[in-house]
Amino acid sequence: MEHILFFVVAASAIATALLMIVQRNPVMSAIYLIGNFFSIAMLYLLLRAQLLAVLQIVVYTGAIMVLVVFVIMLLNLGDERRLTEQFAAKKIIGVALVAGFLLEMLYIVAIRGDVIPGGGASSLPESFGTSESMGAALFGRFLLPFEVTSLLLLAAIIGAVVLAKKRT
Amino acid sequence: MSVPLEYYLALSAALFAIGIAGVLTRRNAIIVFMCVELMLNSVNITFVAFSSFLGDMTGQVLVFFVMAVAAAEAAVGLAIVIALFRNKQTVNIDEINILKW
Repeated sequence: MEHILFFVVAASAIATALLMIVQRNPVMSAIYLIGNFFSIAMLYLLLRAQLLAVLQIVVYTGAIMVLVVFVIMLLNLGDERRLTEQFAAKKIIGVALVAGFLLEMLYIVAIRGDVIPGGGASSLPESFGTSESMGAALFGRFLLPFEVTSLLLLAAIIGAVVLAKKRT
Repeated sequence: MSVPLEYYLALSAALFAIGIAGVLTRRNAIIVFMCVELMLNSVNITFVAFSSFLGDMTGQVLVFFVMAVAAAEAAVGLAIVIALFRNKQTVNIDEINILKW
């Protein structure tokens, strides 16, 4: 049962990712990427990371992708064809390099992927991945990184406003 | 019998490679940006998978921080795209080369 669910979700993640990079229209790309994020949220649920699955949907599809779609429509971009001349050789070299890299990663996973023999999600305690245990970790061991993250977000807010405002 | 760790790692590798392919072949700055988000997410899958198989929450906490950094990166990156478009009327990354030469 879990295998079937995993393969369906994995297939949809890869299919939406591929569709995203071949779409000419940026809005369609963004919509496929949102589908991909939903698939990844399903994977988090399979891995017993409930809080992260919710955060994935709220933060990525709810905040980041809305921002991306908003910018695409603000800039009113059309098809990519009009604004570029294609260099086919560059693309072929790029895809070949990526294929080699992917084979290398899959080879490493195949020979060393079984280093952790654990039983997976079924053998975890009931509290694993809940917001309670996550909060205990964030406000205990990871308190300093958590506070520093708020500084990072403040810097990002100020930076975004300064960069995007009109020059006077 | 649950899904073995290798499957999650292989899926993550595939998504990461698709993201790199997008960065290398697409010329629209916003699509390149979305491909970077895809690569961040594929790494997050690896984190969560290892966290779940090791029974350790640290991986999930790291994913939380990656999400925060990704949100900051999205705001600043899109602000840069808007500023570039205002100055050069294009988001084609082949034409944006004033820092290159």
